[in-house]
Amino acid sequence: MNADDIKVCILRVGGTNCDAETKRAFTELGAQAEVIQISDMIKLRNLLDYNILVLPGGFSYGDYVRSGVIFARHLSAQLGKEIQSFVDEGRPILGICNGFQILVEYGLLPSLDGVSEYAQAALTTNEPSGFKCKWVYLKQENHGKCAFTTAIPTGKTIQLPIAHGEGRLLFPKEKEDAILERLIDEDMIVLRYCNNNGEVAEGKYPANPNGSFYDIAGICNKEGNIFGLMPHPERAMYWWQLPNWTSTNQKFQYGDGKLIFQSIINTLTKKSSR
Amino acid sequence: MNSNLFTQCMNSQVLEVNLSTATPEQLTEINNELALGFSTDELATIQDYFKKENRNPTDIELQTISQSWSEHCYHKTFKGKIKLNDKEITSLFKTYLVKATKEINAPWCFSVFEDNAGIVKFDKGYGIAAKVETHNHPSAVEPFGGAATGVGGVIRDILGVWADPIACTDVLGFGPLDYDHNKLPVGVKHPKYIYRGVTAGISAYGNNMGIPTVNGAIYFDDSYTGNVVVYCGCIGLLPLNKYVCNGKVGDYIVLAGGKTGRDGIHGVTFASAELTEKSEEISRSAVQIADPIEEEKVKRAIIEVRDRQLGSAITDIGGGGLSSAVGETAERFGCGVEVNLEKVPLKYQGLAPWEIYLSESQERMLLIVPPGNLEQVISIFEKEDVLATAIGQLIVQRRLRLKYKDELISDIDMEILFNPCESTKNAIIVIPELMEPEFPEPVNLTDSLLQLLAAPNIASKEAVIRTYDHEVKGNTLLKPLQGDYAGPNDAAVLKPVDDSIKGIAISCGMNPNYGKIDTYWMAASAIDEAIRNNIAVGGRRIALLDNFTWGNPEKAERLGSLVRACEACYDIATTFRTPFISGKDSLYNESPMGAVTPTLLITAVGIVPDINKTVSVDLKEPGNILYIIGETYPELGGSEYYRLNGYIGNSVPKLHAIRARKIYYNLTKAMREGIIKSCHDLSEGGLGVAAAEMAFASGFGLELDLQKVPAKDVSRNDFLLFSESNSRFLIEIASQDKKLFEKLLGKYSAQIGRVTKEAKLNITGLNGKTVVDVPLDDLRQSWKQTLNPKEELQ
Repeated sequence: MNADDIKVCILRVGGTNCDAETKRAFTELGAQAEVIQISDMIKLRNLLDYNILVLPGGFSYGDYVRSGVIFARHLSAQLGKEIQSFVDEGRPILGICNGFQILVEYGLLPSLDGVSEYAQAALTTNEPSGFKCKWVYLKQENHGKCAFTTAIPTGKTIQLPIAHGEGRLLFPKEKEDAILERLIDEDMIVLRYCNNNGEVAEGKYPANPNGSFYDIAGICNKEGNIFGLMPHPERAMYWWQLPNWTSTNQKFQYGDGKLIFQSIINTLTKKSSR
Repeated sequence: MNSNLFTQCMNSQVLEVNLSTATPEQLTEINNELALGFSTDELATIQDYFKKENRNPTDIELQTISQSWSEHCYHKTFKGKIKLNDKEITSLFKTYLVKATKEINAPWCFSVFEDNAGIVKFDKGYGIAAKVETHNHPSAVEPFGGAATGVGGVIRDILGVWADPIACTDVLGFGPLDYDHNKLPVGVKHPKYIYRGVTAGISAYGNNMGIPTVNGAIYFDDSYTGNVVVYCGCIGLLPLNKYVCNGKVGDYIVLAGGKTGRDGIHGVTFASAELTEKSEEISRSAVQIADPIEEEKVKRAIIEVRDRQLGSAITDIGGGGLSSAVGETAERFGCGVEVNLEKVPLKYQGLAPWEIYLSESQERMLLIVPPGNLEQVISIFEKEDVLATAIGQLIVQRRLRLKYKDELISDIDMEILFNPCESTKNAIIVIPELMEPEFPEPVNLTDSLLQLLAAPNIASKEAVIRTYDHEVKGNTLLKPLQGDYAGPNDAAVLKPVDDSIKGIAISCGMNPNYGKIDTYWMAASAIDEAIRNNIAVGGRRIALLDNFTWGNPEKAERLGSLVRACEACYDIATTFRTPFISGKDSLYNESPMGAVTPTLLITAVGIVPDINKTVSVDLKEPGNILYIIGETYPELGGSEYYRLNGYIGNSVPKLHAIRARKIYYNLTKAMREGIIKSCHDLSEGGLGVAAAEMAFASGFGLELDLQKVPAKDVSRNDFLLFSESNSRFLIEIASQDKKLFEKLLGKYSAQIGRVTKEAKLNITGLNGKTVVDVPLDDLRQSWKQTLNPKEELQ
């Protein structure tokens, strides 16, 4: 499969608002990306025509009730079968910010024992509380499982922006240690908040901007094909989006966000050439 | 209700008002009973009109006229006559603002003053739409809802010219956050409560809609305690060939968006009255309820209708609700209109027809659609799960006809709606008697600088700015806060078109404190500041927006200060050749605590011809040299330094506009050459604060020598350091570019220092001795501590 054979479905509902820039990122790398309104998808039921499913950022259905929960329930009720087949076939799913919240509410992440009926984790109110828009440093800690970070060497520090009020990953207190052990053992941890020297935040603000458990900013499922992250790689695609491009003499063509999109395209193109 | 004056007519929900036989006393009673807000003259005119029509009006007819003639909709003060000394000014709006734009006659202005937003040409066939609104009154009564609907409203103005909203701005004015609770009169909310509510409302709406909030300011002034100031701005982008505005007889009037309820009734009458302790009780229903997700869906549908060219015109539904949107649309196309109010989808039953027609329920737009396209337009909205309903049609007769349950409940001449009685107001110009203070010069200015950086009007607003998503859409090229240290950039730059290397620079200027001395120089300074900020990041070909927040214009003194400000707008804009493209005024900002300080916000929208040349505020490299551009005068009247010492003073900064224009022209040239490494404008806190900000934004130090600063009649270090003279910049260049720089700007500038590796600010005074010597960490700490929570200071 070549990059231009890859079909990306960027699914949106009312309140989704990062679809255009997400589409731009995939298009920049040669993939065919489409933004699809959920009602069209429900009508056509052609999710399996796509190679990648993306749930972009925003405030789906206003995030009333709880972030991501309405979209997640809508999706499972209306397109549950298609999603299940998509997952069973190991096709990649990416959830960015609100998309990550949706994946967790759906039970697609962390899905420790397959897709769960109820959410196994929560992305809850930041600590310190409040919506925060800023650039953060992240350490790539995945050892090769995650299909969305293959182009980022393990241990590398990258910079991406966050913009959320509810990004604190939380597990049930009594299961926290056991779950962490499994996340580590099964290579499901992908991105962790760190400082500009690449030292993980250890829960400390501001390097960890939301109090997330174990400084987690992004995780994948056991199979590595479903990835959710709070930061926005699509806002760190081009050099001119970077926070300090005016301050450096060195000009790069792309930002670190590109590596996420490039990784999954590499994964898919390699897979089929094998 | 007095039954002699009102008769239930036709169906039970409409009243016939017995106007023909009403005595002057009864007219007043009608006026109060229906909350119409007419003057005595206006009531007489209306009585005459219906005598000619040979019948009594219905309540909905009177309500419609009331809305149409309100200050908020018609801008009677700006369009009316003003007597000043022996002079008579007919329309401030035409005499100063429109006149400036007409004289400048810029070929890149696409649509100015006539539509919901001003439009200028951009690149690749696109235009930029810009609009700034005030939402002061609603925010005083209900801060969160007032501010949120302010954002929602201005976004609809942008949609109302078929543009896709790409960025928001917000400029806010609050009372001091530490205001003594015991001093607050009944009905006035504490500034801290208003501050939290307003900023949360702005962030909630913009973030939820996915529009980045990229520029703004927060200003504190005692007078804002009783009169909060909320300016909401929006910038949009549209393919100019898709702009259409040619409604025709027979076209459908389509109401799209949220359902209509009782929220926001009489919002415009409320906005044009003074706030009282009863405002909360009486006017809570005048504040609308916000639903940004609905507007997000409405936006998507409108963009699709635009791209498929299915509409013939569009307008937003804002102040005055359907009454003003419908009437203005028909007026615009020289026809009349017939609307069936029964077709308006309601949130709940029980609304009287006049309530349906006046409701300011949010997230509603009015589209004019040719008959053949109606079905397609409605299905586009349906796909987004948004209601769209044809509620009427444009008709040949120049009448406003409203139907409800098969009966005609309004049938009035369009002429009466758009020709209110001309008002003549009296103005006088009162020059306040203010003294220039006398106090000794401090020996060590480090403390003064630290205190200034911590002053609320200068201090970092990071805690608020970060609650606004300024990155969504991924087009924010220069962010409000620069880099890891979050230094203050002068303007934001967007890169909205993928295949264009051009950017849009958005900046603002506002100096209410100068207006306490003279509103002419306040307005001049605000224009200069907005332009300076824009040029500092690389903007040029600048268009301006004017937003006035003033007190009651019935008071001659307040009106006089408004005339002064308008005079400056004309003088300065024509000299700079920067046209006004849109504006708005909010008058009657008075509360039990007195009038608002006259506040003119100038928003500047410039073009960055090549985004690669964008300049940020932070110092770039040790060894580089620092220049000051412009001349410093002993102009500390209204400055933050005087305020710190407890004075206002009288020496307000003036503007030498012709000289400034030359500076801007040549600085722009230097930027094109790419030799400007960093740039910062000098505003509140003057040279001292600007130098500190450039340094702590970067981590590199600065050494400056005040002896080298070009100045006139300034003999004190503190005045030199903190004077707020206009048209000045600090700029950093590499030493090898010195020659080229001096060729362009040598006449207007002087080298005053250099960038150092050591992270401190060192300033030598006029006598050759050090007057400031302080580590950057201390400067940064002072700047951040006032308005940011403790955890942000690490």
